[in-house]
Amino acid sequence: MVDVIREPLEPVPPAEVPDVELYHPKSWLTTWVFSQDAKIIAVQYACTALAIGFVALVLSWMMRLQLAFPDDFAFIDATGYYQFITMHGMIMVIYLLTALFLGGFGNYLIPLMLGARDMVFPYVNMLSYWIYLLAVLVLVAGFFAPGGPTGAGWTLYPPQAILSGTPGGREWGIILMLGSLILFIIGFTMGGLNYVVTVLQARARGMTLMRMPLTVWGIFTATVMALLAFPALFVACVMMLIDRLLGTSFFMPALVEMGEQLKYGGGSPILFQHLFWFFGHPEVYIVALPAFGIVSDLISTHARKNIFGYRMMVWAIVGIGALSFVVWAHHMYVSGMNPYFGFFFATTTLIIAIPTAIKVYNWVLTLWRGDIHLNPPMLFALAFIVTFVNGGLTGLFLGNVVVDVPLSDTMFVVAHFHMVMGVAPIFVVFGAIYHWYPKITGRMLNDAMGKIHFWVSFVGAYAIFFPMHYLGLIGVPRRYFELGETAFVPPSAHDLNIFITAAALTVGAAQLLFLFNLIWSLRHGLDAGGNPWRATSLEWQTPTTPPPHGNWGRELPVVYRWAYDYNVPGAAQDFLPQNMPGSGRTG
Amino acid sequence: MLVVALFMLVVAAVALWWLARQGLMEKPWLEESTVGNVPATGASSRPAATIGLGVFLTVAGALFALLVSAYAMRMAMPDWRSLPVPPLLWINTVALAVSSAALQCAQAAARRDDLADVRTGLLAGGAAALVFLVGQLLAWQQLHLLGYFLANNPANSFFYLVTAVHGVHVLGGLVALARTGARAWRGDRRDVESGRLRLSVQLCTLYWHFLLLVWLILLALLTGWADRFAEICSQLLT
Repeated sequence: MVDVIREPLEPVPPAEVPDVELYHPKSWLTTWVFSQDAKIIAVQYACTALAIGFVALVLSWMMRLQLAFPDDFAFIDATGYYQFITMHGMIMVIYLLTALFLGGFGNYLIPLMLGARDMVFPYVNMLSYWIYLLAVLVLVAGFFAPGGPTGAGWTLYPPQAILSGTPGGREWGIILMLGSLILFIIGFTMGGLNYVVTVLQARARGMTLMRMPLTVWGIFTATVMALLAFPALFVACVMMLIDRLLGTSFFMPALVEMGEQLKYGGGSPILFQHLFWFFGHPEVYIVALPAFGIVSDLISTHARKNIFGYRMMVWAIVGIGALSFVVWAHHMYVSGMNPYFGFFFATTTLIIAIPTAIKVYNWVLTLWRGDIHLNPPMLFALAFIVTFVNGGLTGLFLGNVVVDVPLSDTMFVVAHFHMVMGVAPIFVVFGAIYHWYPKITGRMLNDAMGKIHFWVSFVGAYAIFFPMHYLGLIGVPRRYFELGETAFVPPSAHDLNIFITAAALTVGAAQLLFLFNLIWSLRHGLDAGGNPWRATSLEWQTPTTPPPHGNWGRELPVVYRWAYDYNVPGAAQDFLPQNMPGSGRTG
Repeated sequence: MLVVALFMLVVAAVALWWLARQGLMEKPWLEESTVGNVPATGASSRPAATIGLGVFLTVAGALFALLVSAYAMRMAMPDWRSLPVPPLLWINTVALAVSSAALQCAQAAARRDDLADVRTGLLAGGAAALVFLVGQLLAWQQLHLLGYFLANNPANSFFYLVTAVHGVHVLGGLVALARTGARAWRGDRRDVESGRLRLSVQLCTLYWHFLLLVWLILLALLTGWADRFAEICSQLLT
């Protein structure tokens, strides 16, 4: 029993909120298009992110076709190949994963899980989505601009990013990319302010920080990190845009191009790398922390057990968030640095393994002797754990300077980061969609299609990325359009490339099945009811499903317990919802 | 990147201090509450808009800290040629300080619900901020006439960049100030009674103080004072 009230004068949301305080949309347009309801905004974010994600998926097919069958396809040339790489990377990292985890799941789950009616600044929240959509449109415009999109690689390193040798460097490509990123960051900041302040101020009565589901902890910490890290990308983009458009030399050293001295001089490309990775490394955890949180909730719910080591999980999330700001230069080992700095950054990088390992132990211990239901959300959650461990272990290799230097710029790195921040978080995205789709639509996704989708994606992802580690170890470089006659690469590497491409095409096809399931189940899915998973957290306790605008009807929920009361000894049912009052027991 | 690292340290310290007050040592699995006996959430008694502005200022602070960091890194290279600081910048600084002070007065007047003084304060604050902006543009023009173009030297590029980014923030603030002004002039009784006007004035004032602080730091950087300050610090430390 809790009888400690820290601040007696503290404002608590009233149990009953008069109807007039809710914002009521007056037309179809303000209900469904320019909506200020976080749930509609979430669906808009998710649909846009998934749509642009499918574009990036098709781009990866193009790359794989070229790598397996060099020169067989007339529509893929070297310029196109670099553009596919760049756009694939940038879309997947920023416009799909970041937008989907924070804009999609953040918007849907934060108010519902915290027992709030909506985000605290709904109008700003709506603007956030529309600016995000504008950013996506500007990005896509690159495909139709003269010269096509930029081909500078997703890291956009100067000086090559704005030189004529790089696709889109002296044309529209790079300008549109930088403009799109600047818009994205402005839009995200608007959304991010909402997520943070909603968590701080709009929790329901009784919802202390330590009673929040780990999903909210993950999204909250990731948002704080993103708010602090994105300004670095913003500064880098603005400076590079001025370099490109107005001829300054923030990042451009003196250069001779085609025998001609360019007007640039004195800039520092390394400065860009610092700014980029000051954003870029936290970005990995901006994607990973929401995934960590969501997986914790999926595992606990579908194994019918309370999460093991909740406090440790919270501390680990906060610890990882803080540490991720002091490791950025491990992306710059090959750019050269003071050996002491290399030592410092290698050490901090390896230290991150500690809180991450704590989380993995806790997930495994939550599963231990649990009542595991192997439905699609749980399967994807399990797949996440193994994939994240795999990708994390190769990260330990690459965190060491001496190991990193020979492996840098090989396929090993590609395999590593796809495992750890590509495949692993995408599995969580899938798991989360299978888990929350019933709340969003009121219908279940088809289970059989879900399982086919899972097994093809899971086995396929390993078929793609496991052999890629081997390619990297024998020295196959990344980013090359074609290998040609390279003495140290055996012919078997080529056969392996064909195998990887076959796997990639199959995994891609499985995503079409997922898309079909999403649409088909809207009409034909089984009726879900309010709480099909018998889960404890507040979003499953709404009076109606899908929840209407305002979420809770007239009365806001009151929270009496944490979000993980599954199989409590002595309880009448195997789960106790957060809004179910306690009986007065202690301990 | 030292400046931004220091900034992040301060943010981390504030975050830690806040987290330490949130009961992170609690054992939620043991703490079940009964009807009528739920714990407080730990939310602040300040309005959400104030917290929102606080978070936004932290983000803007990170942006400026990164700019200053980049400036410091670039300045260390041998081809850096500092440009003369136009004396006009001192007048602009005074204008911004006056603007900040006027808004402070407006805030005090809003506390006493003195609508006439609020209007005067807002008008004076807005006008002084406009003077600042026009002054900055004139300073740009003076440098341009003296031949210090944007792309000549990294020092010039940085000068134009940091003043532009700061100017854009002032411009954004002026939009918010104009909305607050409109509310004050409308003089709707409900705005005054519900404290909405007071809150708007308070938020504008806080933002203006932030802009002034950032400008003073940027000015110290542009005039080379920050450089000398760093030298003295390093001498003291060694």
